[in-house]
Amino acid sequence: MLSQQITTLIDKELKKYPADQRQSAVMAALRFVQDEKGWIAPEDMADVAQYLDMPQMAVYEVATFYHMYNLKPMGKHTLTVCTNLSCTLCGAGDTVSYLEQKLGIKMNEVTADGKFGLREGECMGACIDAPLLNVNNKKMCGKLTPEKIDSILADLEGGKA
Amino acid sequence: MINIEIDGKQIQTENGSTVIEAAHQAGIAIPHFCYHKKLSIAANCRMCLVQVEKAPKPLPACATPVSEGMKVFTHSEQAVKAQKGVMEFLLVNHPLDCPICDQGGECMLQDMSVGYGQGHSRYHEEKRMVLAKDIGPLVAAEEMARCINCTRCVRFGQEIAGQMELGQAFRGEHAEIMSFVSGTVESELSGNMIDLCPVGALTSKPFRYKARSWELSRRRSVSAHDSLGSGLAVQTKNNRVLRVLPLENDEINECWLSDRDRFAYEGLNSEQRLTKPMIKQGGQWQEVDWQAALEFCANGLRQIANGAGAEQIGALATGNSTLEEMYLLQKLLRGIGSDNVDFRLRQSDFSADGKQQGAPWLGMSIADIGRADRILIVGSFLRKDHPLLAARIRQAVKQGAQINVIHATDDDLLMKVAHKAIVAPNAMVETLAQVAKDAASKHSNGIAGSLASGERVAVLLGNFAQQHPQAAQLQALAQQIANVTNGKFGFIGDSANGVGGYLVNAIPAGKGLNAAAMLAAPRKAYVLLNVEPELDCADAQQAIAAMQAADLVIAMSAYKHGATEYADVLLPIAPFTETSGTFISSEGRVQSFNGSVKPLGEARPAWKVLRVLGNLLKVDGFGYETTQAVRDEALNGVDVAARLNNAVSGIETGAAAVNGLQRVADVPIYATDAIVRRAVSLQATKDAMQPKAWLHSKELSKLGVAAGVQVKVAQGQGSALLEVAIDDGLPEGVVRVAAGHPATATLGAMFGTITVERA
Repeated sequence: MLSQQITTLIDKELKKYPADQRQSAVMAALRFVQDEKGWIAPEDMADVAQYLDMPQMAVYEVATFYHMYNLKPMGKHTLTVCTNLSCTLCGAGDTVSYLEQKLGIKMNEVTADGKFGLREGECMGACIDAPLLNVNNKKMCGKLTPEKIDSILADLEGGKA
Repeated sequence: MINIEIDGKQIQTENGSTVIEAAHQAGIAIPHFCYHKKLSIAANCRMCLVQVEKAPKPLPACATPVSEGMKVFTHSEQAVKAQKGVMEFLLVNHPLDCPICDQGGECMLQDMSVGYGQGHSRYHEEKRMVLAKDIGPLVAAEEMARCINCTRCVRFGQEIAGQMELGQAFRGEHAEIMSFVSGTVESELSGNMIDLCPVGALTSKPFRYKARSWELSRRRSVSAHDSLGSGLAVQTKNNRVLRVLPLENDEINECWLSDRDRFAYEGLNSEQRLTKPMIKQGGQWQEVDWQAALEFCANGLRQIANGAGAEQIGALATGNSTLEEMYLLQKLLRGIGSDNVDFRLRQSDFSADGKQQGAPWLGMSIADIGRADRILIVGSFLRKDHPLLAARIRQAVKQGAQINVIHATDDDLLMKVAHKAIVAPNAMVETLAQVAKDAASKHSNGIAGSLASGERVAVLLGNFAQQHPQAAQLQALAQQIANVTNGKFGFIGDSANGVGGYLVNAIPAGKGLNAAAMLAAPRKAYVLLNVEPELDCADAQQAIAAMQAADLVIAMSAYKHGATEYADVLLPIAPFTETSGTFISSEGRVQSFNGSVKPLGEARPAWKVLRVLGNLLKVDGFGYETTQAVRDEALNGVDVAARLNNAVSGIETGAAAVNGLQRVADVPIYATDAIVRRAVSLQATKDAMQPKAWLHSKELSKLGVAAGVQVKVAQGQGSALLEVAIDDGLPEGVVRVAAGHPATATLGAMFGTITVERA
């Protein structure tokens, strides 16, 4: 079942679209689910489908098409590192290895305490700040160095997201 | 109309059509995969790239609209280079496993790669891997790496079947066709995805590795499983039917086939087939030769006719017996002096007999239904009873038609329903009468308002309405509504040859008994043609009791079935694929067909069996050489079109008294006839699962039982143990219990009082 908060948010989103086009709100609805639960389970997709009166498979298509939706639990803080060309030229490879070593996990894994998850991301459109990472798809951090990464992780550990 | 030029050929085509349509009209082939004339345009395979004058780049012919003076080149250097390039890309990830692929020999990709592919591949890297999927017992998705992502199957589900069960998940090179969380494809039209799939990704599970397409002979036939008369291409090898494909006809089934029509053939090769005549002697079944069996039948019938009287003999046939079989059956019965012959086995109200002006039929053509703009469906499990008619109406609804429904269940039709009235069976007459009244007084709301606003109105009575105990009243009311709305009304027949049965008088004419009366007042002898009484009759309990009480039961059947318990003779007859014959579909289309294969074992076509019986009983005029001779005699001087008439007069409407819970009985889609009931793959689908007792949740709480537990459902003397389930779409006061299934064959009439209690 979708929580009260989620349905309230979806209802607000639905006002942007014609009444017979409820499925237009699917991307937003999935985002709300992920914001609340950290990831989108198939049951949640089925609930979204029912709420928006659209086929379950159509929701699944959207959820799997867009990279930013987590299809499995990715920890409290999902760190998505851009590995596209510009970032890679600017040292995204080192960023990834540093994060992996620091957190003790590989790409697409979650730390044992469930705090951090690591993902590979696509170009975030801010190559000027390369290399980049994105926290929970909400906060972009650029010009990454080991020191900067340490401070980002420390802030997140300390609850300052 | 506008003028364009394709490959130097001047073509006139309609404004708004696409280049590929114009080319196909002119007989010019353009290679393509994702384009399909009945589906929306996706333009994702890029195979149909053509050169268009003044266009800087090749354009996809399927998605490029024609314009005046356009010059298209499908085989120019630029076009062919583009097509070859696309082909190379398509083959990058396609496994080169044609020799072990089930699609080999009938594969669009294989054919196109001969035309546009290279002899070798420049791609040496690893190919992508896509895992096999299990999407149900009918469609195999074992080799999804072969998929070229044309999305025809997805679009078919969305647009034709009305439910999106398959989709394209993930993206880019990870894109794959799958169902939601390993769900199965449950559409009753799913088999069409196999035809649509241009490669070997979706193949037929029952047909897998049975034969290569070039080993098969192709025979024309007509479906025996519903009343549309869908065209079949029956494919055979070594005298066995191995596959059935649609025979395209835009007037009937377009290029589709329902799963029932497509996969029922498995029942033809069932182990339960009866292959030798058998006689019961001293309680034991003995195999005998035809001569002995037929003489036994003739002697038995003669004895009863001479002793108890010919009116003690009754004959029952199923509505999917051929025209010739039904004609000879009634001729035989009348020849020995009995008028008791009928094929309307599930009908319970015969009060329209003698008050109808002609044979009940669809009242319009199937294509007309697709063109109607206002439709009222009364009493029909439309999707399950007539899957392709439902698909056609779905298209009409997309074009703006309004469909209205009066029925006792609220099953999802997978289309937008304008108005619906879901009422208990005993309230149907009242509900329809109200619509008639509203329509007469020009109401602008509800169903009547919807019908009044249309120009081409169709009122259709489904199987449920025909089986209803007040069927004649429903018919009279439908007639009234059609009259005041300037519309047409008709019956969506429940069997392949129902119209034929009427036209050859396989119904009692004078003092004879109809199907229900013959069973209510048991006869001493019965002749059964294709009938399994406990599954095919309106009242299973009564039918069985009548059979058991009879002195002589002659069962002509393609199968060993329940008759082994009460019959005295079993005569193996040929199903429709093994005999020539004729079906007259609901729309009055007379379609003759030849046998696709020879009869199995010693089985013989029923018309031949009846001919010999006629001769043995010394009835005149049984010297036929061919089914054609029978048909010519049966339809001699019959103007089929003129005989079709739904008009009825002298029917009074009144309320029906009921008490207690009422039964609502559907005949499940894969329980409709003897062949379908033995098609193993169809029987493995969700539609064929064990019947449940469906109740509204309020009724369930009155009973004090929870969903999922076993309850005892009883009618008359018989009862059945069924799982109880909730369907809040049902009206209160009814229990939905399917008929036509062995699990409910102990119950009584399809309508009427039924009790449910804790087991």
